[in-house]
Amino acid sequence: MNLPVITKFVIDLLAVLLLALGIKGLSKVKSARDANRLAAFAMSLSVVGLLSYYLGTSGIAIQSWIWIIIGSIIGSLFGAILAKKVPMTSMPETVALFNGCGGMSSLLVALGVAIFPISSVQENFDFFKSLINEVSISVSIFVGAITFTGSIVAMAKLQGWLSTPGWTQSKVRHFVNIVFAVASLIAFFDLINGNTSSIWLLVIVSSLLGIGVTLPIGGADMPVVISLLNSYSGIAAAAAGFVVDSQLLIVAGAMVGAAGLILTQVMCKGMNRSLVSVLFGGSLSAQSTASSGSGEYTNITSCSVEECALTLEAANKVIIVPGYGLAVAQAQHTLREVTKKLEQNGIEVVYAIHPVAGRMPGHMNVLLAEADVPYEQLKEMDVVNPDFPATDVVLVLGANDVVNPQAKNDSSSPLYGMPVLDVQEARTVFVIKRGMSAGYSGIKNDLFDLPNTSMVFGDAKKVLNDLIGELKDLGVGEK
Amino acid sequence: MSFISLLWVLLLGSLLGLELIGKVPPTLHTPLMSGANAISGITMLAALTLIVKAEGNVPLLIIGSVSLGFALFNVVGGFFVTDRMLAMFSRKPSNKK
Repeated sequence: MNLPVITKFVIDLLAVLLLALGIKGLSKVKSARDANRLAAFAMSLSVVGLLSYYLGTSGIAIQSWIWIIIGSIIGSLFGAILAKKVPMTSMPETVALFNGCGGMSSLLVALGVAIFPISSVQENFDFFKSLINEVSISVSIFVGAITFTGSIVAMAKLQGWLSTPGWTQSKVRHFVNIVFAVASLIAFFDLINGNTSSIWLLVIVSSLLGIGVTLPIGGADMPVVISLLNSYSGIAAAAAGFVVDSQLLIVAGAMVGAAGLILTQVMCKGMNRSLVSVLFGGSLSAQSTASSGSGEYTNITSCSVEECALTLEAANKVIIVPGYGLAVAQAQHTLREVTKKLEQNGIEVVYAIHPVAGRMPGHMNVLLAEADVPYEQLKEMDVVNPDFPATDVVLVLGANDVVNPQAKNDSSSPLYGMPVLDVQEARTVFVIKRGMSAGYSGIKNDLFDLPNTSMVFGDAKKVLNDLIGELKDLGVGEK
Repeated sequence: MSFISLLWVLLLGSLLGLELIGKVPPTLHTPLMSGANAISGITMLAALTLIVKAEGNVPLLIIGSVSLGFALFNVVGGFFVTDRMLAMFSRKPSNKK
C-alpha cells in the first residue's frame, strides 16, 4: 500500500462516517441544518479524495481537467440558481427534478462504460469480473432510466404540465407496463450475454417503464413516489459504484437507497396508504367516484367574509387548518397578517398541521415558517385534536380530506382509517374554498353538511385579504 | 477490490441506511428527502472516474462531463434547497428568545 491509496482509504472512510452522521442529524429538528452542511462537506471531501488519488497515481490529463471543469461549472451553476430562485411552494417538483438528474447521471456513466470499454476501469478482466460488470451496468441503466423519466413525469404532473390521461386509469396500463418490464428483462439478459447493441433497447424500455408507472399516480400520492424514486437514485448510484469499482459510491448509494425506502414507508403510514396501492392502485380520485362519496350535499351554509370576521372577532380561541389550497394560492403571508391582527386582540391562535398538509409531508411547516409563523404555534395533529371542543372558531384554508369526518365515522368510505383533524368538534367551522369541488380523494366531505360549518367561497388569498379589511373595519388589531 | 467484499460493502451500507432513519417527525420529511436526494448525487464520483480514465476518448469525455453536470446539479441544488428549507425552522426559536 502506497501513500495515495492509504490517503484515499482514510478520506473515503471519513466521508462515509460524515455522510451517515449527516443523514442521522437530518432526522432531528435541532441538528438538521448542521447535518445538511456536514453531508455537503462530506461530499466535497470525497471529491477531493478521489482527485488527489488520481493525481498521486495515474495523474489527470489536461483534457480531463477541462471537461471536469466544464461539467462542474454548468451543473453547479444551474443547481445553485434553481435552488435559490424556486418558490417554497414548488419544493416537491424541485426535489423531483434534482432526483431525476441524479438518476440520469448514473445512467450516463453506465452507458459510457458500456459503449467505450476502457481497459483501466476494468482491470484484471476475467469471465466472472466481466459478468459482474455487465450486470452492474445493466442495473445502473435500468434503475437510472426509471428514476429519470419517473421523476420528470412526477415533476410535470406536480407543475400541472401533465394531467392524468384517462387510459392510464384503466386496466390497460398494467398490461402496457408488464410489456415494458418484460422487454427490459429481455434486454437485460441479452446485454449480460454480451450483446452490446441491446443496451439501447434497455435504455428505451426502462425509460418508458418509468413513465408508464408514474403517469397513472394521482397528485396526492406523488410525494410517496418522489421519495421512492429518491431511493431508486441511491440504488442507481450504488450500481454505478460497482461499475467503476468504488466502495464509497456503493456505501453512500446503499445508504440513501435504504433510508429512502424507510422514509417512503413512513410517509405511506402518515397518509394511510400502502405502497402497493400507491404504485398500482392508480389515482385515488378515479377509483373512488365509482365506489362511494359521489353523494350530494344537502345542507350547505355559505356565508360572507363579513360574518366570518364578526365571528372571529368574538372568539377566544381560533385554530387554523392550512392545506394544499393555501399553498397553491400562495396565501401563507396573508394568512399570517390575519392571525397577527387576531393575536393583537388577545385571541389565541394555533395552527393545526396534519402530517400530510401541503403538497408533501412537512411542506406546510416550511411554508408557514417562511411566512414568519412562530414555530410554537404549529401543533401536530395528535396534540391539537383534544383542543377542538374548546375552540370557538376553526378556519379551514384549502384543506379538505384531512378534515373529513368520514374517515372516522364511515367504514365504507375509502378514507376510513386515515387520521384526520376533528374540526367538527369546534363551535364554528369556516371553510374557505374556491368551490364545492372534492379534495384529492374525490370524496364528498361530510364536514361541509354539518350545521356548524359555513362555507366562504373564494380564492384563499382574496378571501384573506377581504378578511383583513373587514377586521380593520371592526377595529381588530388596532392598539 | 474483490466482488465479494464489494457485496459486503453494499450489505453493510444498506443496513446502515435502514438504521439511520428511525423516528422522523413529519416536519422533517420534506427536508430529509431533499437532503438524501442530494447525497444520491454521489454518483458524481463515478462521472469523475470516467473522465479521468477516458484517455483522450472525446465522446467518453463528453458523456462523463454531461453526467458530472447532471450529478452536480443534483448535489449543489439539493443541498442549497435543503438549507433554505431548514433555515426557516432554525430561525424561529432564536427570534423568540
